[in-house]
Amino acid sequence: MKKAKLSKTGFLLLITIVMFAVMYIAGMIIFQDKGFAKPQMFLNLFISNAGLIVIACGLTIVMITGGIDISVGSVTALVCMSAADVMENKGMSAVFALFLALIIGLAFGVVQGYLVTYLKIQPFIITLAGMFFGRGLTAVISTKMISIKNKMFLAWANEKMYLPFGYTNRHGVLVHAYIYPTVVIALVVVVLIQIMLKFSKFGRALFAIGGNEQSAVLMGLNVKSTKMKAYVLDGFLAGLGGFLFCLNSCAGFVEQAKGLEMDAISAAVIGGTLLSGGVGTVVGTLFGVLITGTIQSLITTQGTLSSWWVRIVLSIMLCFFIVLQAIIGGAGLKKKDKGKEKTAKATT
Amino acid sequence: MQSNQSKWSRITHAPLFMPIVCLIAVLVLNVIQTPTFFKISINNGVLYGYLIDIINRGSELVILAVGMTLVTAASGGQDISVGAVMAVAAAICCQLLTGGQKTSSTLAMPIIVAAIIGILVAGLCGAFNGFLVANLHIQPMVATLILFTAGRGIAQLVTKGQITYERAPSYKVLGGYIGKCPVPTPIFVAIITVIVMQLILKKTALGLYVESVGINGSASRLVGLNSTMLKFITYVICGLLAGLAGIVASSRIYSADANNIGLNLEMDAILAVALGGNNLGGGKFNMMGSIIGAYTIQALTTSLYAMNVSADQLPVYKAIVVVIIVVIQSPVFRDKIANASKKRKAVA
Repeated sequence: MKKAKLSKTGFLLLITIVMFAVMYIAGMIIFQDKGFAKPQMFLNLFISNAGLIVIACGLTIVMITGGIDISVGSVTALVCMSAADVMENKGMSAVFALFLALIIGLAFGVVQGYLVTYLKIQPFIITLAGMFFGRGLTAVISTKMISIKNKMFLAWANEKMYLPFGYTNRHGVLVHAYIYPTVVIALVVVVLIQIMLKFSKFGRALFAIGGNEQSAVLMGLNVKSTKMKAYVLDGFLAGLGGFLFCLNSCAGFVEQAKGLEMDAISAAVIGGTLLSGGVGTVVGTLFGVLITGTIQSLITTQGTLSSWWVRIVLSIMLCFFIVLQAIIGGAGLKKKDKGKEKTAKATT
Repeated sequence: MQSNQSKWSRITHAPLFMPIVCLIAVLVLNVIQTPTFFKISINNGVLYGYLIDIINRGSELVILAVGMTLVTAASGGQDISVGAVMAVAAAICCQLLTGGQKTSSTLAMPIIVAAIIGILVAGLCGAFNGFLVANLHIQPMVATLILFTAGRGIAQLVTKGQITYERAPSYKVLGGYIGKCPVPTPIFVAIITVIVMQLILKKTALGLYVESVGINGSASRLVGLNSTMLKFITYVICGLLAGLAGIVASSRIYSADANNIGLNLEMDAILAVALGGNNLGGGKFNMMGSIIGAYTIQALTTSLYAMNVSADQLPVYKAIVVVIIVVIQSPVFRDKIANASKKRKAVA
């Protein structure tokens, strides 16, 4: 059984990586003249999606336990808006804004986690309410767009880190490729969470709960506190991701990050996290984010398609992967049933 | 004393108790705010007043709530794509009527045909959701999340990214007034919808079947009900009703605005169902409760507008109401309260 599960994870991850490679290489061939093949273009995928990577990692943790959180997009908007508001209108420092962002995320995580785990309310309803609450609160702070001009914040946002490689331009000068610190933070988060999921007691407990909550209880795991911690961690990462998102956009407005929850869920699902819980890796999620990013940049590079196509293509992808999961999961279930029947027959 | 208490508890435990109390609470709040709240006058030959406005504006919500109640009862989940489906139906109907033009004051085809095509396409969206939920066993909210994000994109593509105006006077009838009749047409549409649905549910066994599938899907299957088919049908009905609501909404503003038709209405519809005393986890349902719930929500919206709350900020209050309702509904919370009151009695 264990082997079957492992291969299922591996299979989904493999599909994701192959899909990403195919899409990216196709993009490189089709849009060769538009600079799709430059290394910087690849790094831009990370730069523009650093926040999403962190948010999607948080979501993956919750989804492994069999829950979901669709409030992350609104939390991001709220974080950006409140960060912009405290820095521009209240004259606070960027450090304070960062703390505020993390506290907002934690607050969402704690409240939603409590309602979901201790009062046993469907996570979807609670986080849907959280989604509307966050978006509404953003509008309460300001309905106008606030662009951030705080010096320290902009210094953080524009700090380029040059890499030892790059491409040679027309004049034969080597232009170094660069990344922003946000990318480093995002990748560190991915690595830390992957280690946590693989090797820590908490991480293994998450999988056990997602696989079968009742067995987890019988095994003696503290299901409630583990789930609660998962939601709190998810909230914290949503806050952090929101701040990274803000470092990229340098502004706060009501409509910001609309549909980000969809991107994050798609990324996790495309990366092989099962919606029913119990299976998932953040590395897969990272590739999921890269795929969504590639779709976005393919469509924007193409130029004539309207931006609505991004959402539609993404939805189709999500649909495809959900159906794929349902088929794989369904096949697994049938096998289990057959196995049960066999054992039942054997005992009789 | 004893009989008094039991009579009181019979009243408080009546299925319609909670929704009616909520409605009265909102209405009282309104009367305090605006003493002329219940005044109905006739201006320019039509009825005019807050109350009429609420009943009129609440029509779409009532139509949606009927569909949402069925979906909730059968599948234990909610359809969050209804707002987007409304936009799709409106976009298709208006595009057909204008013959593909941006604005038009003539009709390219009979309104009834265009409306029916729009509603059928919405039904198709419902069928898509239903297929994912019933046949592939995907959680309802994840399945409908696909259309929730893609739906408005599709509507934008249909209207070519613009707002389509259909200025023919006959198109305004559905969202306005029939001839000299002083009562707005949407009220009739809502009433007819409710009556037709009630007839279908009560005169056929559909209502009973839906409840039994919601209470225990596999048991219903074993007694010979096709639970997959039943779930699928509820989603199709929900889609068709969302389409109808979309066309009424578009007729009100004699245009199709892909971004704003049905915006945030999915939240209102879920709220109406919850407020109506229906368990969001599926099973038994109470259609009248949902309808009263829908009018309560509309009254709440209108009164919040009257208190100068902007449309962007509305979701904050609604989200809080949702959380309060689901917390009160949650069995764990009820047990806690019951235990606490028992303890208090024991101490006394």
